Amino acid sequence: MNYFAIPLLAFLIETVTFIGGLGILSHHVFRETISGKTYWKLISEQIYQVGYRSLPLILITSGSIGMVMSLQFGLGLEKFGGKLYVPKLVAATFLREMGPMFTSLMLAARVGAGIASEIGSMVVTQQIDAIRALGTSPIKKIVIPRVAACLIVLPILATLSNIVGNFGGLIVGATELDLDPSFYYLKIMATASLEDYLSGFGKTFFFANFISLPACYFGLNVKNGAKEVGIATTKAVVVSSIMILIGDFFLSKVFWMIAKWV
Amino acid sequence: MIEVIGFKKSFGTKQVHKGVTFDVKKGECLGLIGGSGTGKSVILRSLIGLEKPDSGKIIIDGVDITKMNERELLEIRKKVAYAFQNGALFDSMTVFENLAYPLREHFHLSEKEIKDRVHDQLADFGLEGNEFVYPGNLSGGMQKRVGLVRAMMMNPQVILYDEPTAGLDPFNTKKIQDLILRLKSRGVTSILVTHDMPTANAVCDKMAMLSQGRIEAQGNMAQLNQDERGAIAKFISGEEF
Ligand SMILES: Nc1ncnc2c1ncn2[C@@H]1O[C@H](COP(=O)(O)OP(=O)(O)OP(=O)(O)O)[C@@H](O)[C@H]1O
Ligand SMILES: [Mg+2]
Repeated sequence: MNYFAIPLLAFLIETVTFIGGLGILSHHVFRETISGKTYWKLISEQIYQVGYRSLPLILITSGSIGMVMSLQFGLGLEKFGGKLYVPKLVAATFLREMGPMFTSLMLAARVGAGIASEIGSMVVTQQIDAIRALGTSPIKKIVIPRVAACLIVLPILATLSNIVGNFGGLIVGATELDLDPSFYYLKIMATASLEDYLSGFGKTFFFANFISLPACYFGLNVKNGAKEVGIATTKAVVVSSIMILIGDFFLSKVFWMIAKWV
Repeated sequence: MIEVIGFKKSFGTKQVHKGVTFDVKKGECLGLIGGSGTGKSVILRSLIGLEKPDSGKIIIDGVDITKMNERELLEIRKKVAYAFQNGALFDSMTVFENLAYPLREHFHLSEKEIKDRVHDQLADFGLEGNEFVYPGNLSGGMQKRVGLVRAMMMNPQVILYDEPTAGLDPFNTKKIQDLILRLKSRGVTSILVTHDMPTANAVCDKMAMLSQGRIEAQGNMAQLNQDERGAIAKFISGEEF
């Protein structure tokens, strides 16, 4: 009995602590964003770190996913003579789900881990304390630039991912499925709607926070030692991936509902 | 200037401070001694609000800082500087950027003024030529000195030194003693945590010894030097007490 009860209880306590801690952190971030000075230089540095340096990863994964999707849809639908729907299917799935989702998951792995381990080691080496001791705020100096950078960068990366993914689909369409590239292109343009795009685009703002806030939270809550930095890094990636995946379902529902309304 | 009253602090089940009381007047230097792990660093950290006591008061310049929130504490930290035991330098910044950090944050200085001030301070500590070195590439003693310089950059009214001379050679130890004395003559109040008795003797006005969660003994230097049987004298000579 205790073999199950104790870890379960520990897990529940940890989850509640995490949710509470994340709420408090978000509150501090919000309050300090709207008051006092903003460190634009730090934000732009983070945009470079988070955004520009993630570019190759995002472009390569999106391209491959687009190619695979086009191939699978194409081969699957060929039997029913539905090959012509490949551009529409790939475009709609990519804009609504795959682009924002994969970009966010890749960023959670690359950037979330980076943020958590960097902040964690700053805690261990007392650099966070030093920021406070020198009369400055770690929220402003460390957390806000990372949160802001993710918020700015993720929608842009997701948009690029959409473009590259569909381009990957087009290439496979032309080479493997015998679809004329200009037909494929026109088909995307004709069928993909702004609504598809916006529903995916809207999610990225939530996903950005699902990446940066847990990463900062776990980093800041490292108490001592290199081992905890490792644990914090793992937790950051796992938790933000879960939040993205679960959040995606609910956000998709919400966006469908909004679309019905307008 | 500084008054600590009934300071209590536990970590988990371990009670580190069971009611610590002492005070430091303006311009004075208090030497705080005590065995390793008795909580000297925790007291210094609490004096600038990095740590919150479980109960007790910490009064700085007439105000109790234990009730302050993080934003109010930022103001206290401009007045009270803490020189970390190990320097706590920002390892992603060069020595120059580390030292310029407090200046850039709290003063409106031109780039040239910042440069001049940093150079002056570095030269003062025999650290010139290391401006563009990253802290990771400095020796432990050098990191410590840079940390000390960084803490002083804002001309604080109170400086809390956490073992500033541990691990330093005699020449640099002397320099730090001179520095503490120089700041003291300018009216800076200070607390010096140290195991280094010659330095304590050279700069402190009074001493307090922390043991088992309380101030075990305290007194001014003249008293302590006469009393050869007291707890502090025993601590210094390495006897058990
Ligand atoms: N964040 C913390 N979490 C848990 N325990 C802590 C924490 N900070 C300090 N302690 C404990 O409090 C006690 C006092 O620590 P502190 O660093 O103040 O000792 P110290 O007197 O400065 O020792 P030293 O002379 O070795 O620097 C130690 O036993 C330490 O284990
Ligand atoms: Mg200490």
